[in-house]
Amino acid sequence: MSAEPKAAVLPGVRLGRVSFVWRPWLVAVTLLLAAATFLLFCLSIGIGDFPIGLPQVIATIFGHGEPVDEFVIMDLRLPRALAGLVVGVALGVSGAITQSIARNPLASPDVLGITSGAGAVAVFLVTVSGGTATAIVDSVGLSAAALGGGLGTGLLVYFLAWRRGLDGFRLILIGISVTAVMEAITTWLLATADIRDVARAQAWLVGSLDDRGWDEVRTALWCTLALLAVVSCVAFQFKPLHFGDEVAAGLGVRYARVRAVMLLCAVLLAGAAVSAAGPVPFVALVAPQVALRLTRCPTPPLAASGLVGALLLIGADLVARTALPVGLPVGVVTAAVGGPFLVHLLVRANVR
Amino acid sequence: MVAQDITRVKSAVAQVARLTAEDVTVGYGGRTVIDGLDVTVPPGVITTIIGPNGCGKSTLLRTLSRLLKPTRGTVLLDGDDIVRLRTRDVAKKLGLLPQTPVAPEGLTVADLVARGRHPHQSWLRQWSSDDDAVVARALAMTGVSDLADRPVDTLSGGQRQRVWISMTLAQGTDLLLLDEPTTYLDLAHAIDVLDLVDDLHEAGCTVVMVLHDLNLATRYSDNLVVMKEGAILAQGHPRDVITTELLHEAFGLRAMVIDDPVGDRPLIVPIGRTQVQPNYRGKSGS
Repeated sequence: MSAEPKAAVLPGVRLGRVSFVWRPWLVAVTLLLAAATFLLFCLSIGIGDFPIGLPQVIATIFGHGEPVDEFVIMDLRLPRALAGLVVGVALGVSGAITQSIARNPLASPDVLGITSGAGAVAVFLVTVSGGTATAIVDSVGLSAAALGGGLGTGLLVYFLAWRRGLDGFRLILIGISVTAVMEAITTWLLATADIRDVARAQAWLVGSLDDRGWDEVRTALWCTLALLAVVSCVAFQFKPLHFGDEVAAGLGVRYARVRAVMLLCAVLLAGAAVSAAGPVPFVALVAPQVALRLTRCPTPPLAASGLVGALLLIGADLVARTALPVGLPVGVVTAAVGGPFLVHLLVRANVR
Repeated sequence: MVAQDITRVKSAVAQVARLTAEDVTVGYGGRTVIDGLDVTVPPGVITTIIGPNGCGKSTLLRTLSRLLKPTRGTVLLDGDDIVRLRTRDVAKKLGLLPQTPVAPEGLTVADLVARGRHPHQSWLRQWSSDDDAVVARALAMTGVSDLADRPVDTLSGGQRQRVWISMTLAQGTDLLLLDEPTTYLDLAHAIDVLDLVDDLHEAGCTVVMVLHDLNLATRYSDNLVVMKEGAILAQGHPRDVITTELLHEAFGLRAMVIDDPVGDRPLIVPIGRTQVQPNYRGKSGS
């Protein structure tokens, strides 16, 4: 860091050709969130019918564990914890992007039809047995088909909302309408379907981390990592979009292209999350808003939103597994925990 | 011979002019708003576009700033076709302030003005000492240095507009395009913002703006562009352009034009249907 001769407008960090604005609070909060996420991640692995201490968990993850611990952790518990981490990060970042694009805290992948589209397709394939449906499930798998449904719905909303530019309010209204249609289709399918199929389909309508193995997790993990790499490359060009299209254009940003790339990333991130855990409600909506208030940023911070999403999801899964009677899926708990916390932050802001 | 002279004069003007629209046709969807318009923005002066609602003022400004791509004709920025320039290079030469921009809630003045450095930054180089110096200068030029740590949404309308102008200055441009910079401001704040614009003009900036208030446009600009139905009706110094006939033709307004007692420009006194002395009632403007 170079010393400034006079007081700088914004304090900067300069290391050779790399330079950025130094925001100690944002960095501190993000690091704390990362530490807390790691701790909760390890805790979630350690807690179970066969309790394992935190040091052993950490040692095993980094490859220095006892063989007994290694089997329990690597084969049984890590996939589930990793699924929680990946899904939480993906949903948090996806929510931060959609809220930034719509310039509205109501926008989230849930509202934009991605989760309801995936649910409708999954339920359709489960309940309508017969030629095409069975063929699709056999060839690409139910998860991939649901993912396709989610992406298709997300893109449909985007194109319907497009009219000489993208208006955030219009995007949300069309998203809500399309979501309602998808949910109506789902309800209709469930009402007319065979009772045994309904039970199978139900798993697709409430998000859950139960019985996640390496296969589900691996795909979601690599997809999420690849998408996060794209997002962090485009993030710099994305910043001026917080001021609206015209100001962004005036600042030399090809806003339509940047926004399309970012929205596609958000849709794909939400899709990856849905394919790994089903539709987990509320994380994408609440995580960016919590992150924004913790970091005191005017716009949803991407990294912190992802970490808050992960904390929320892993924490909710831990609560669902340990503190509550059996059988409660994580999706129920995220809403029950996230909702009051956001209300708390909003009320506290009003008082101040 | 004469033709040659004209060509020579034309190219001289093109070299000097910062922005030139040549035979520009532009519209939204299928609707043409401006058809075959030519206009030149002379350097170092304040050019103000005036005209009745819906005549294409903002459309022209948006076309000059490259927000809209003309369906025919070209816009030249310092002699280069603006459509062929990189978006970033345009942003380094030309600062644009759209109508009533909105900043995210809680964003500080310093952060907003700092965003003006975007065209000069890259993923790795997001905040150099140059950036800091230019932003400090932009804040000082617009008189908002003391507000640097305040959230933009807590400022008055006039202060907010100063901050946005500061952001366009931070782009390092000396060519500013302002779309109705005084909208929603009371008269005192409007005068304050326009005094600032004039300060910037004195400091060497070329300014193009759209204004609704004719008297403010007359007082603060050296070059008026009067538009009607997508075409230019008149252009030149306010003293030459503003006449009762022109006001009637452009706006359908009955008005008297008198000498401005505090300035050296004409002053427009509108004559409405009511609240006027009997000898003006019902007469035509002259």
